[in-house]
Amino acid sequence: MQKKTTLVFFFWMFVVSSYGQHSISGKITTKDKLPISGSHIHIGKKKVTSDSQGNYLVGPLPSGKLSVHISYLGFQPIDTLVVLNYNLVLDFELKESVEQLGEVMVKQGKNTLNKSVLEQKIKTETLEKYSNQSLGDALKEIAGVSSLKTGNAIVKPIINGLYGSRVPIINNNVRLEDQQWGTEHAPNLDINGAGKVTVIKGASGLQYGGDAVGGLVIIEPLVVKKDTLFGKTIFNFDSNGRGGSANTSIHNAKLLGWSYNFLGTFKYMGDRSAPDYNLSNTGNRETNFSAAVKFSQNKYDFETSYSFFKATIGILSASHIGNAYDLYQSINNQIPAEIHPFSYTINSPRQEVQHHIAKLNFNYRWNEISSIAVQYAFQYNRRLEFDIRRGSFANTAALDLDLKTHSILIDYKKNSHDWTIKSGANGAYQTNFANPSTGIRPLIPNYSKYDLGVYGLVAHHFSNQFTLESGLRYDFSKLDATKYYYKSRWNERGYDELFPEFIVSDYGGTQWLTEPEFSFHNISASLGFHSAFEDNLDWFFNISLANRNPNPSELFSDGLHHSTGIIELGDLALKKEQSIKVATTVQKQWTAFSVEINPYLSNIKDYMFLKPIGFENTIRGTFPVWEYQQTQAIISGIDLQTHWKIGNHWQDFFSLSYVNGRDLSNQIPLIDIPPLSINHKIQFSKKQWFDLLLELKNEVVFYQNRFPMNNFTTDIIVNNEFVPVLVDISTPPPGYQLWHFYSEIKFKSLSKIKTTLAFSVQNILNTNYRDYLNRQRFYADEIGRNFQVQLKFNY
Amino acid sequence: MKTLKSLAFLLSVATIFTSCSSDNDSSPVNEEELITTITVVYTPEGGGSTITLESKDLDGDGPDAPVISVSGPFAQNTTYQGVVSFKNESVNPAEDITEEIVNEAEDHQIFYQKTGTLNNFTYASDAENLDANGKPIGLKSVFTTTNSASGTLKITLIHLPNKSAAGVSDGDITNAGGSPDAEAIFNITVN
Repeated sequence: MQKKTTLVFFFWMFVVSSYGQHSISGKITTKDKLPISGSHIHIGKKKVTSDSQGNYLVGPLPSGKLSVHISYLGFQPIDTLVVLNYNLVLDFELKESVEQLGEVMVKQGKNTLNKSVLEQKIKTETLEKYSNQSLGDALKEIAGVSSLKTGNAIVKPIINGLYGSRVPIINNNVRLEDQQWGTEHAPNLDINGAGKVTVIKGASGLQYGGDAVGGLVIIEPLVVKKDTLFGKTIFNFDSNGRGGSANTSIHNAKLLGWSYNFLGTFKYMGDRSAPDYNLSNTGNRETNFSAAVKFSQNKYDFETSYSFFKATIGILSASHIGNAYDLYQSINNQIPAEIHPFSYTINSPRQEVQHHIAKLNFNYRWNEISSIAVQYAFQYNRRLEFDIRRGSFANTAALDLDLKTHSILIDYKKNSHDWTIKSGANGAYQTNFANPSTGIRPLIPNYSKYDLGVYGLVAHHFSNQFTLESGLRYDFSKLDATKYYYKSRWNERGYDELFPEFIVSDYGGTQWLTEPEFSFHNISASLGFHSAFEDNLDWFFNISLANRNPNPSELFSDGLHHSTGIIELGDLALKKEQSIKVATTVQKQWTAFSVEINPYLSNIKDYMFLKPIGFENTIRGTFPVWEYQQTQAIISGIDLQTHWKIGNHWQDFFSLSYVNGRDLSNQIPLIDIPPLSINHKIQFSKKQWFDLLLELKNEVVFYQNRFPMNNFTTDIIVNNEFVPVLVDISTPPPGYQLWHFYSEIKFKSLSKIKTTLAFSVQNILNTNYRDYLNRQRFYADEIGRNFQVQLKFNY
Repeated sequence: MKTLKSLAFLLSVATIFTSCSSDNDSSPVNEEELITTITVVYTPEGGGSTITLESKDLDGDGPDAPVISVSGPFAQNTTYQGVVSFKNESVNPAEDITEEIVNEAEDHQIFYQKTGTLNNFTYASDAENLDANGKPIGLKSVFTTTNSASGTLKITLIHLPNKSAAGVSDGDITNAGGSPDAEAIFNITVN
């Protein structure tokens, strides 16, 4: 039962008259009158820290109005204004903050998880704009992050040219386990549940894992730091897809005692359309909800939460192809083979995915310096993929995977003076079950996986200007799989000589039942510094070592991939992939202009990728065969961002990303590397006019002229003769330029509910284009113009 | 200690969850939908030896190429009535897929393309060769030989063709769309 008056802060003020001398002094204590040493006091333009008795003195100070800011880690900061005419004595009592540990970490220092890497963040207001889209779309706001798409609804983030298993996603402190290896599997989470999204480019986020060769995407829910009850409801209406979404959330926060929140989202979209035609079977649906209950006390808090994500995603009908000839036809015809009138119906091919996360966590704080967090999470991912099938199989999924993951995390943190120490351990147990009743050999076999990891991170602030940080992590991983191999495939792969020990028994004379087993021991590390110079110049430098084990698709793939018409083969002999990344960021702020430059270089040993190796004749036709191979790869690039405040109403945002990926062993470019892209946004805002905001955005994506040549020929019958034709699967589509518009106003409606009305247009000019990183670029154009209306209520 | 109790509770819950591991049912996949075998039997009108063409691929998408056999050369100046059948011989007993094709006649069509000096293969005109909409299925074909000739015959089973597209009901695959469920190429000689 906290009174509202005790919420914020309270202090005593004594006015002591004096002649001429203007200073402010006093004592900083806890509520229990214990002195706080080392707290930060910022008055006017002067900064001091309190001594061992909690005393401070700031002066000389000019007369007049001065802002006062008092802060100390683990306590709620105080901000106030004083009018200084005499010497003042101000004593402050700081109230302990009982935020979640993760959030304390975030608030520390320069508000980062890592000190030597400049993290990129997307705030709630920006995320809300993407309420009807996906995480992958929102992440494109960050320079250096692009997206790998399958159609319009399946979007995976690419960080500095890398994606999939190389970019783990941490959702609410739980590492998302949702068959993330697949290029056509979007992260299974509701973007509306994110309060803040942070991107770490590279492997320096060691507390989350040692395998983030590409980087990390960290999603944190909205954290409320005061006693409050509020709700938010967002409605979206989209013209392209003729549908929309509704999202509502309620937060009831208490600094001490019980807090809870609830969130629900519903999306319903029909076929999208390209400028010239309907994109048949591209609708999608989403039903998500989550709830959390938390009990907080001064020394500890306990939280339990559950989230559910369910999506049905239609896959463009025309992208289901039978063989190389089909693919040739699609590429050469330039329009989809199947165009039907607009429909909300979702037929095959389609994906139906469910993801559940249940989580318990417990945080304990010995004092304001050290704390421990324990977390258990259970994830259940169910993925059904329906394909175009014959007869009684039409309604049977072609892929039916059931992935369960249990994980336990223990994290200890200590912040004393100039040292920050983080250390912890995690364990995880995962099982995958591929339902055999699909009647189709699964891409991913049954397996059990055990993971164990320990890490330690140390940061030392040598001075206000220089921080050095280092980290070390060890991971053990063991994978036990069960898979039936055709004997013909087993021998063709050479496994009869390499892995005879995996064979368990003979099945039906044509197949082997095998039980492959793999263990990996990995060491990952990170070392870096942050140097803050005068005049708002910051220099970040980090070098990180990451190890990624081959994922199930890289090891076990063994069959036809229907959307690419390619037979993909895994390799049981793959070794782990090792990357060393060097990244640096220089950030400089002037009064109205700021710039951030981030060059990087990543050297990846045993980089795993799919490479064409030949053809196989089957009764369904001739298919190109691609297998997972390893090479020495080097990825380098630069991300650039600038922000220019032009007067009071105008702002200019510019970002550029360039990445170059090279296969050093074969001396060719790497496949699927994002081309040079430039984003430019001009914003006009005027508070007096209902907080009017107008934005015009220009997006330029260049032609990717560096790509490996994987074209092949296939024979077709023309005028009673076999004629070889070229199937051009390599040449990227031409570059393109898009214009987007966004506008919003804020006002009070219905008994003072804060209301935001937004109107936006994507692809204003209805430009026809295809994107190199869209898996459906062979079949159809990207979506055309879209008008969106968004209504947001905060209450 | 309240804290320790909570911690113990948390860990015990975790242990309970962890211990209910799933029973890994590792039974093999029964690929009932697979087509492994295409067989065409050509029977000459007015007697003579039947010619059997067969393409068999028992490992599906596996690395082994289909095994193709042609029982012998076609005779000159003869009209052959052909019947094609599709089977799945990867399961025991073998499954007849032809039946499924007949049941979903509107969604399937078989195309015959030839190369070289061979005469054309055409659809048989009997009613069973047509679907409910009067469009061809193409399980039955006619091959009329004249002089000696050689070339290849490519048979393609298309799932979900656009039978109304130009030329498709006459057996021209060019505008058919859909996707091939099975195909085979046979070397043919007429002596």
